[in-house]
Amino acid sequence: MNPLDARIAGIGFWASGLPSWEAAQAFVADGRLPDAAPRRPSPELLAPNERRRAPESVAVALEVALAATRAAGHDPTTLASIFTSGHGDFAITGYMCETLADDPRAISPIRFHNSVHNAAAGYWTIGAGCTATTTAISAGPATFAQGLLEALVQLATGTPAVLLVAYDVESSGLLGTLTPSRGLLGGALVLTRADAGDGPLLRASLRTGAGAPPEGPLALRLRDNAMAPMLPLFDALAAGAGRVLLDAGAAQALEVEVEGMHV
Amino acid sequence: MPLSTDPAPIEALAIRAYTATTALGRGRQAQADALAARRAGLRRNDFGADPLDTWIGRVDGLEDAALPPALAAWECRNNRLAWLALQQDGLMAAVEAVRTRHGADRVAIVIGTSTSSIGATEEAYARAVDSVVPADLQRPAVHQPHSLGGFVQAATGLAGPSITVATACSSSAKVFAQAARLIQAGIVDAALVGGVDTLCGSVLFGFNSLGLVSAQPARPFDRDRDGLSLGEAGGFAVLERDDGSATLRLCGYGESSDAHHMSAPHPEGLGARLAMGDALARAAIAPDQVGYLNLHGTATPANDAVEARAIDALFGDGLHASSTKGWTGHTLGAAGIVESVFALIALEDGLLPGTLNSQVPDTACGPQLRFDNAQRRIDYAMNNSFGFGGNNCSLVFGRA
Repeated sequence: MNPLDARIAGIGFWASGLPSWEAAQAFVADGRLPDAAPRRPSPELLAPNERRRAPESVAVALEVALAATRAAGHDPTTLASIFTSGHGDFAITGYMCETLADDPRAISPIRFHNSVHNAAAGYWTIGAGCTATTTAISAGPATFAQGLLEALVQLATGTPAVLLVAYDVESSGLLGTLTPSRGLLGGALVLTRADAGDGPLLRASLRTGAGAPPEGPLALRLRDNAMAPMLPLFDALAAGAGRVLLDAGAAQALEVEVEGMHV
Repeated sequence: MPLSTDPAPIEALAIRAYTATTALGRGRQAQADALAARRAGLRRNDFGADPLDTWIGRVDGLEDAALPPALAAWECRNNRLAWLALQQDGLMAAVEAVRTRHGADRVAIVIGTSTSSIGATEEAYARAVDSVVPADLQRPAVHQPHSLGGFVQAATGLAGPSITVATACSSSAKVFAQAARLIQAGIVDAALVGGVDTLCGSVLFGFNSLGLVSAQPARPFDRDRDGLSLGEAGGFAVLERDDGSATLRLCGYGESSDAHHMSAPHPEGLGARLAMGDALARAAIAPDQVGYLNLHGTATPANDAVEARAIDALFGDGLHASSTKGWTGHTLGAAGIVESVFALIALEDGLLPGTLNSQVPDTACGPQLRFDNAQRRIDYAMNNSFGFGGNNCSLVFGRA
């Protein structure tokens, strides 16, 4: 395939212990960790009472989405978006299954509508007043690579700018015994067409073969989260340049090159 | 607010095969026959140990339709229905043909669902002993949203991108849009699209908690409608770049967000109008060229009134628009593919379904809303699918 490309207009990041892109960059540069990191993000997009009640998945997704959009200086009301998560909200899925086993007629309507995989996408478009398209996808370990591919494909087929959001949360209960996932992790990129804007250039192509094992500081520190497959790219972004192979499923990898970051 | 973002027209894609399996039966002809005979697939709810007082669209025989031994790791109700749907209407032969033409890694799988295999996860919780998942359900791959995409990949041997879209009830309409982009951008040459959703406690009791489930068979757009009937279904289509030989084509898609509410539609149908406008723009056709429109039409009080007004604002009196959810129930993440199949049947057979169970139109309904079937040759058919989160998708299909 011909390589797909984009400019990186903005980056958002939030992980347990590294609660911003600045904190992640400092950690990659010299191993520094913030003195006191909040336990969970508190996305300004939501009203204060919603902010407290929001599922962790929604909180982390909206936090990084807003950070990336602000960094890009982009108007979110017209921004297409792609929300990727391998598992959605483990806690809500567990709640639904437990309640169904115990007292199915007692299911909370709010928890039910928060249980849809596109809950974060919905809260984002509602909070941002965005009428552009948004989607919610998963692809197992290839979830992030397929989200990035869809973002680049949207740019290649006429969309001027795309917000890509990736997140997974901590698993618990019975689901946690099946699929271990530790901490909160979210990353977001605002990508624009390569011929517009002057951000660093990202170039990607699908190729036969497997992804490369994670080896950067972020990938090693946060390897226990289900969205860890995105981290090699964020390590490269923090380092300012690099080439990574992301697991794209089946027998394919997405080769991504980043050049021209000013860190 | 503009009614369209004016996207550029796209090159239409060939639809090489298509199929649906619903409460109406297995495969395309079962759907067409039941639509023509106005024979509903709904029955009194008999799903689960303690059924709610409602009507459902249940696919017969799944309990006895185990997956082949080689795919046994993927066992669950949802993947059984996926497998059953894949066996109909020459779908697998069409997959084989595009694989042979282009190579397995040049064919994408883009499929939609709302709950995927969560029925298996519900069962794991219900049957757990001392907080341990029963051994037969200790299969992490079926306890995640991508269970459906992973299964379809295993079942077909395709090796291109494999993606599960889960945007609630717009899921398996949006798969056409995503696949069309992958082909247009040259990432793949063909795609298997579709969607599967099966009945489970999460959706029956979840929609019940929102007060959206009717105790009667769904009556879309009826003055006295009082909620939806839930159904299960699976369906697929094979898309390929058109070499001029296509008889049926995907001509356009439009996607939008309501930016309004998680589970209520925008009161003026803003997102619906944006999605329909973009789909028409990509197909490069005018509204009066659409001969049949399959509405989202869930039979909930809010959804139908908003959608009827949006239709009346965009289309002339000649359009035949209907909801087929009185036949199948609302099949959630599978509604997009099922109702795309109905739109394709309308194009191929000239069979324009009406709206089952409904007697007196809501005052919001314009002349486009049809309760009776019609028989007429048409050139374009449209399908609307809208989901939670205010997530909208419209598709335009055409006859070559």
